[in-house]
Amino acid sequence: MSFLDYAPAPESTAILNLRSNYGLFIGGEFVEGRGTPFATFSPATEVHIAEMANANASDVDDAVTAARRAYDRTWSRMSGSDRGKYLFRIARLVQERARELAVAESLDNGKPIKESRDVDIPLVAAWFFYYAGWADKLDYAGIGPAPRSLGVAAQVIPWNFPLLMLAWKIAPALAAGNTVVIKPAETTSLTAMIFAEILQQADLPAGVVNIVTGAGDTGNALVNHTDVNKVAFTGSTAVGRAIARSTAGSGKKLTLELGGKAANIVFDDAPIDQAIEGIVNGIFFNQGHVCCAGSRLLVQENVHDEVISRLKARMSTLRVGDPLDKNTDVGAINSRAQLDRIRELSDVGVDEGAERWSAPCVLPDAGFWFAPTIFTNVSTSHRIARDEIFGPVLSVLTFRTPAEAIAKANNTPYGLSAGIWSDKGSRVLAVADKLRAGVVWANTFNQFDPSSPFGGYKESGYGREGGRHGLAAYLESSGWSAAPAVTKGARK
Amino acid sequence: MSRLAVPKTFKLYIGGKFPRSESGRVYEVVTAKGDFLANAAKASRKDARDAVVAARSAVSGWSGATGYNRGQVLYRIAELLEGRRAQFVDEIRECEGVSEAVARAQVDAAIDVWVWYAGWADKYVQVAGNGNPVSGPYFNISTPEATGVVAIVAPQKSSLLGLVSVVAPALVSGNTVVVVASERAPLSAISLGEVLATSDVPGGVVNILTGSAAEMAPWLASHADVNALDLAGAEGLDWVDLQIAAAETLKRVLPPEVGVPVPSVERVTFFTETKTVWHTKGLI
Repeated sequence: MSFLDYAPAPESTAILNLRSNYGLFIGGEFVEGRGTPFATFSPATEVHIAEMANANASDVDDAVTAARRAYDRTWSRMSGSDRGKYLFRIARLVQERARELAVAESLDNGKPIKESRDVDIPLVAAWFFYYAGWADKLDYAGIGPAPRSLGVAAQVIPWNFPLLMLAWKIAPALAAGNTVVIKPAETTSLTAMIFAEILQQADLPAGVVNIVTGAGDTGNALVNHTDVNKVAFTGSTAVGRAIARSTAGSGKKLTLELGGKAANIVFDDAPIDQAIEGIVNGIFFNQGHVCCAGSRLLVQENVHDEVISRLKARMSTLRVGDPLDKNTDVGAINSRAQLDRIRELSDVGVDEGAERWSAPCVLPDAGFWFAPTIFTNVSTSHRIARDEIFGPVLSVLTFRTPAEAIAKANNTPYGLSAGIWSDKGSRVLAVADKLRAGVVWANTFNQFDPSSPFGGYKESGYGREGGRHGLAAYLESSGWSAAPAVTKGARK
Repeated sequence: MSRLAVPKTFKLYIGGKFPRSESGRVYEVVTAKGDFLANAAKASRKDARDAVVAARSAVSGWSGATGYNRGQVLYRIAELLEGRRAQFVDEIRECEGVSEAVARAQVDAAIDVWVWYAGWADKYVQVAGNGNPVSGPYFNISTPEATGVVAIVAPQKSSLLGLVSVVAPALVSGNTVVVVASERAPLSAISLGEVLATSDVPGGVVNILTGSAAEMAPWLASHADVNALDLAGAEGLDWVDLQIAAAETLKRVLPPEVGVPVPSVERVTFFTETKTVWHTKGLI
């Protein structure tokens, strides 16, 4: 038994109280969907968990109608302080049921319990707590006095951080005074339905939050519904582009948080142990199913060999396996479709001449798994340096000067995040200035906080979530009464 | 058959404990009609100084906590207040001689004000701070942080809402507080101390003195280890003299207010210092 072998330490699923099938959550109640129900599986074992309802266009219409009614009759008329109290309640209930939510998330999504328990769910509670306090302080959101809510928000979220993305969407929308219809990803709807139970416990007025489960058709019907005022989408750039196209001319306010191909830049003066941990965290956190993952490692040429050998040594200690085991570092790939895509792009990497190395680890027989993998000798034209793989696959490139690092980092249609590793503050800040990315982490990676705006440049989308900016995305200005009056004819 | 009540002994709240005044003195608290209610502790100069020592020792822990953490701790106090509404309503009715409806409105307002301020703990920095577009290759950001120990003369009339409206804003950024409660109606203040003692607020973060504001305020105003002075409830005192005394150590001073101060973020930012950090950006 080597020092890497641990006795299994699985988190018990006894804490769960799951139903065999889940309805849609519309108007404060669980109702049956009119589409064909679909099953949700554990990606780690392919074992069936529950049957989920499938919302068709009529169901989506019911949900939007319920949200509109709740907006007109209740939520938009309620004081900010009372909206805040509901959000505080939700935050507390999430904290109270945190372990149950973490187990359900790991079961349904495949992410390690240490991440769902220590990252996802605490951040969910933090997001509601933070935005709860904003609900009665909208005048300070930074867009002038007495800003107005937008109305009904249509929100579509991805499968990589199911409940966290739900919180990112719902908390600011409700704080600002909007009502919501949200569609979770079809492979990871389970925690959203437990969240619906929490909303019932919080006694949130009916229709303020409506949850419709389903696949692309459901999302399509939702974002294109004519009675929706705001669309917020997190997911792939391809779908984001389609939403931008289909909502064009509709007057709907739109925020998009899309793909990424983040550069993680390691200079030769970087604190090397921290940098190795940061690289591992950057690409193997959540199996690399992270839009802001540091999937392109840019290493200064003179430290390349040392960084790669230490990175391989560190990767060899990663424990891949049962997501519910408290020792697991890397869990299951979320779906067969995603696993196929990761395999395909990795094969392309080999075909194009990059050198592949995977951590030696035994993968379970059932379920969807991919060993942590790096490619060296990658050039900027390779597909594995350009396409978002969304898996535990790192492409390594080199540079000699800061200017070359910046040029390579920015050589992508994406612009969500970037990392810089250097002991020299003046260099970190100078490089950060030049990077075309919405979040830049220096000597750290994958940090998230409800007070900190998150979102991308270029084809990583537009709009920000988190902080004041995230609140403003769900508000419109009432205009500035003190603005100088523009007399007619003055502007010619 | 009526049951004989067990009256409470009202003491001070200093450093997370409930001592009597070291002076051994008490004063009579009476109802609006003049009936005896309780013997409250009449705090002395020494008690005030002990309270400042307790407050100072709590500054690093409280101001060092994250805004998120402080926000949750403050919010929990509102949760506890909610459970004690009946007690506060009774005490306000007895001390202030108001109707039950008026007393209940005061308690509800006090809890809501507390929640409003709790929400600022992880936000005021974003509203009061900012990056500065300096003309040069520099990273430059200004952020507020707690000033330290704040001594407060609480509003004299509104015994709970007045108290909450001055204590909560000072706590938001991480200051610690020495507050002189309403002299005539101190019961809610001591009961608030009991709430604080059973919450997650570290001992010494809030210290509550009962007794004569006229006697204690000059010592607090001139105390060299107090950073700021809130004279909200000092309209009946020689408050200009207090402000002059505070000038010696350049304390930040808020003047007296008529009635209960309205909730405002300025009450939070007033008790902060703004720090601007410059960092050079190398030329590439």
